[in-house]
Amino acid sequence: MRSQTFLRNSLRHSAALRALLRAILFFVLLIVGSPSPSVAQQESCVTCHQALEGRLAAPVKGMDADVHAKRGLSCSSCHGGDPKRIGMDAMDPRAGYLGTPKPSEVPAFCGRCHSDPAYMRRYNPRIRTDQVAEYRTSVHGQRLVRGDTKVATCTSCHGVHPVRAVSDPRSPVYATNIPTTCGRCHADPAYMKGYGIPTDQLAKYKRSIHGEALLQRGNRLAPACNGCHGNHGAVPPGVESVANVCSVCHSATRDLFVKSPHKVAFDRMGLPECSTCHGNHEVARPTDEMIGTGPEAFCTRCHEPGSKGLAAAQAMRASLEALKSRLAEAETLVAKAANAGVEMSDARLTLQEAQTRLIQARNVIHSFNPKQVEAVTTEGLKFAEKGVAAGKAGLAEVQFRRRGLSIALVILVGTAILLFLKAREIERQKM
Amino acid sequence: MAEERYGTWQRWSEERLRLRAIVEFLRHKTVPIHRYSFVYYFGGITLFLFLVQVITGILLLLYYRPSADAAYESVQFIMSKVRFGWLIRSIHSWSANLMVGWVFVHMFSTFFYRAYRRPREFTWVSGALMLFLTLAFAFTGYLLPWNKLAFFATKVGTEIAGDVPLVGKYVMLLLRGGEDVTEATLSRFFGIHVAILPALATVILGIHLALVQVHGMSRPISVRAEREISFYPDFLLRDLAVWILVLALLGTLATLYPWPLGEKADPLAPAPPGIKPEWYFLFMFQTLKLLPSKIFLFEGEMVGIMAFLVGGLVLLLVPFLDVWAQREQQNRWVTTLGILAVAYLVIMTILGLALPAM
Repeated sequence: MRSQTFLRNSLRHSAALRALLRAILFFVLLIVGSPSPSVAQQESCVTCHQALEGRLAAPVKGMDADVHAKRGLSCSSCHGGDPKRIGMDAMDPRAGYLGTPKPSEVPAFCGRCHSDPAYMRRYNPRIRTDQVAEYRTSVHGQRLVRGDTKVATCTSCHGVHPVRAVSDPRSPVYATNIPTTCGRCHADPAYMKGYGIPTDQLAKYKRSIHGEALLQRGNRLAPACNGCHGNHGAVPPGVESVANVCSVCHSATRDLFVKSPHKVAFDRMGLPECSTCHGNHEVARPTDEMIGTGPEAFCTRCHEPGSKGLAAAQAMRASLEALKSRLAEAETLVAKAANAGVEMSDARLTLQEAQTRLIQARNVIHSFNPKQVEAVTTEGLKFAEKGVAAGKAGLAEVQFRRRGLSIALVILVGTAILLFLKAREIERQKM
Repeated sequence: MAEERYGTWQRWSEERLRLRAIVEFLRHKTVPIHRYSFVYYFGGITLFLFLVQVITGILLLLYYRPSADAAYESVQFIMSKVRFGWLIRSIHSWSANLMVGWVFVHMFSTFFYRAYRRPREFTWVSGALMLFLTLAFAFTGYLLPWNKLAFFATKVGTEIAGDVPLVGKYVMLLLRGGEDVTEATLSRFFGIHVAILPALATVILGIHLALVQVHGMSRPISVRAEREISFYPDFLLRDLAVWILVLALLGTLATLYPWPLGEKADPLAPAPPGIKPEWYFLFMFQTLKLLPSKIFLFEGEMVGIMAFLVGGLVLLLVPFLDVWAQREQQNRWVTTLGILAVAYLVIMTILGLALPAM
């Protein structure tokens, strides 16, 4: 009985003590924090957290850059609670306070709004609302369901306090930041230990033609990790879907490949289409040496010496080299004439046509049909020949001009000397 | 019989044209010969370059089309398809640059020898006006090929004109034919370049040449002429020989270093880095760049532009300001001021060429 009374009194005292402490804390924060009247009127969360330090102050510090705050949402829009109340009372679970979600709760936490088309339409009618559904199909999402809390959730990639707009170059999911963002986990061998997947993808990607385009030249159309793996539904593309992934951008190449004899052979051998020759994360800049029978040629990896396949490869390479060498000759002649001051813009347009055919021919290689390649290079050769002729005509014009100048100089300087002599003679006669 | 016919023709033409008076005037006009006589050729060279500009300009007009869609292409056509079009266009560009340079050389030689002293004050004033007209010719002509560099240099140039106090905004609008450099600016500059400026130049150059003939060549103060030669034919023959040598120089430059056309202007493209005006405006550009943003209560650029306007006015009034020259005295301070002006122009131009534009 005594013990029950003691417990009741203790509880009453501790409740009173807590209320007293809250009141003191609130007044201390009011005095120390000196928040601006407008902020204080809007959010008691901001008033208190602004005056705190470290982990507790972080949510308020980034608010100016937060995409939600910019659209008029407040702390309570995500975390619940009653921001009109002061002090710890604002964080009363009975007022709907949710607190900080656990990693496993984050997708559902964000999805309360982001999966609600009616709600999201108010802010952006074009925004997608299937991210959470897609996330659940991803490797990240599936592992999270199985209890792996190390996997990426929304905040792992998008950040938190502030969550910046994807179009903000400081956002971790801005196109040029994506490789680093994914690499935070995927390039960390310690973190990835136990998953049994390599951690060199980021390093390889940085060396690839895609990485060079995105990270060095800032071409945001170049694919980052999400370009091939998807973002919210990130999964590694299987053997059967690699070509589909590449063909999102390289559709013309894919069309040629599908009609080529390689398609059947690769399917039979269970080889992924594009990545067999070009690799995946480290897609190198393709070179003409990749085709043919040379030491860097990929064809020799499968085709036997003397086979029909290698003969075709050699024929395609020969077509390319013929066009390249004639084009190079034309470019040299045209550049020489242009450097000597002859207007060569028409010739340059012709050379551009030849260059376009060379690019087309390199693409047509994926038909693995020498005749198709030759048809394009023959067309290119016609333009290259025109360029050579224009370059020669330009250089002949340079010679014509210089000969003309020499003759004109002899006549002009001779006339000037004669005039001087005549003037002197007239003067002498007068003297 | 032949002599009689010649006499008849001479009588016929004399009755109508009165040319004998002019020939007699030129025959009796003399040119003093002394150790500085070479400067007498400077004016003639400038005149020759101007004539080259007129002739090549008229030839270019036959093909040039003053619109944003066709200007660049028409110059390209002149340079690649028209027989000797490349030569005409290159001579026009080279001659323009040499003329601007030579106008300055002619002006400073006239200044240091005090050739503006009585009674040649208005010869100087008309010459100074021709300097301003030459710069206006160069500024308006530079835009006409409608290439990238010219487009953005004109943007910068007209912006500077916009900083003139009170009327700057209106001057800029008047020059551009709107808020920005557009096709309206091109057709405006074309009109100014081929109609307004030539009309003004014809009048002022006519006055300048008439005054030179009336007053004859000025002899520098305290320089005694060794002898005198007649203007016609002695001096004119020498002048003609110099002109022919200048023509040979123009031909050589135009053939060995044809004036480039550059890339077509794209008004939507960002300005290329390091855009600068042509060399003859670099001294102004560099000065404005070096000025602080505020000088007392005024904008630095505005103060700079006002200083240039005052400088132009002083240049125009030199004969009336140099009272010593009117008394046949060579004032040291006037010479020093002239040397400082030359040093300023040269140093600022070199700095403008050497330093990167911001």
